[in-house]
Amino acid sequence: MNEPLGLSLRVNGDAVTRSVEPRLTLADFLRHELSLTGTHIGCEHGVCGACTVLLDGRSVRSCLMLAVQADGCAVTTVEGLTPAEGLSPLQQAFADNHGLQCGYCTPGILCTLSEYLDINPNPSEGEIREALSGNLCRCTGYQGIVDAALAYVRSAQ
Amino acid sequence: MKPAAFDYHRPNSVAEALDLLARLDDAKVIAGGQSLMAMMNYRYIAPENLIDINRIAALAEITEEGGNLRIGAMVRQRDAQDSPLLRARAPLMIEALDLIGHLQTRNRGTIGGSLAHLDPAAELPAVFSAHDAVLHLASANGAREVPIGGWSQGFMAPDLEPDELLTAIAFSPWPAGHGHAFLELARRHGDFALAGAAALITLDRQGRIDRAAIALTGVDMGPVRLDAAEAMLAGQVPGAELIAAAAQCADRVAGIEDVHASRDYRRRIAVVYTRRALELASQRAASGAGR
Repeated sequence: MNEPLGLSLRVNGDAVTRSVEPRLTLADFLRHELSLTGTHIGCEHGVCGACTVLLDGRSVRSCLMLAVQADGCAVTTVEGLTPAEGLSPLQQAFADNHGLQCGYCTPGILCTLSEYLDINPNPSEGEIREALSGNLCRCTGYQGIVDAALAYVRSAQ
Repeated sequence: MKPAAFDYHRPNSVAEALDLLARLDDAKVIAGGQSLMAMMNYRYIAPENLIDINRIAALAEITEEGGNLRIGAMVRQRDAQDSPLLRARAPLMIEALDLIGHLQTRNRGTIGGSLAHLDPAAELPAVFSAHDAVLHLASANGAREVPIGGWSQGFMAPDLEPDELLTAIAFSPWPAGHGHAFLELARRHGDFALAGAAALITLDRQGRIDRAAIALTGVDMGPVRLDAAEAMLAGQVPGAELIAAAAQCADRVAGIEDVHASRDYRRRIAVVYTRRALELASQRAASGAGR
């Protein structure tokens, strides 16, 4: 059973079928099998949030899941949140508000916020900070990220 | 590849899972994986066999039977938060769930996983302790029930045999109108708490405390019930002095310490959070906010 196991899932809308070792994490599957390198890997033990993706619409840490556990699911990565041309309104808000410097944490934050702002489309600043408590950023001091989220919320009203 | 190689098993039923647990050596059950995957990525543990219970739908149900709430071990923390039944009947649990990790970890993490992992600072064991919950275990040899008070056998060591599966936790919810509060001190939202307190209170028609339950997390290896404080409160009208005196019982727990906080500091925090939780729970009981 340590041998490769088949999995079929949808990634950013595309049907994907592969055979992988069960111990491959979903994060490594996305990066190394599918070359979707927008999903970043930071701590690999569920603390930093850089590897956050959407699994059937819910934000999850892809380093804390096996790829084979996503069998039958729909996964959305930052590539799937990005339009064919240009940036999504949330991404544009990050660009406009200095919401990123090195950009390492950004894909995870965008995935977290895209679920959270669906649940709570009109959050306070405090609520945004709490929603982002599972995503670590070592550059911006978070102010630009929170400003970006608030600017997006205002523009979406 | 972060985790060491393992044989992966994906049972579709409890019976299949119990058969695997009976047959296989060095097997670990994976539910939400929010602690286990981290430990495997570190190769802190490297089980030969991984039994994935995520496809066992029967373990993911929340039901009410004969006045008892029964929560399947595979119920995800996020689904528990969204459960209309739990929101109506177990507000203490709802308040605690909001403090567990982050949205991303609650989306995967399970009720049973938290109980089986049994981190000393976990919120849910204290919630279930306050509710006098009973854990339901199963193995190929039959079923067994363990009261929450006997669940912790030491540091991260639940009363769970290698061939047993935690299937559900059940408790009798408190009556409508009871007061509840779960408060904890953590350095950042979602971090493990340095100490926390769960309180449940019902008042009689004269405004006296009919029944109180207080459980602490973060101060000992497992959840701690403050029986002495509960006895002090019973039959009394809740007031600042009485609550402060009852909260002082938290200073007498054995205590644990680590790099984050000393034993004495945790006890002091436990006293403060017990007092605040009792104040909030009795206010809510008086206003019937739990109704």
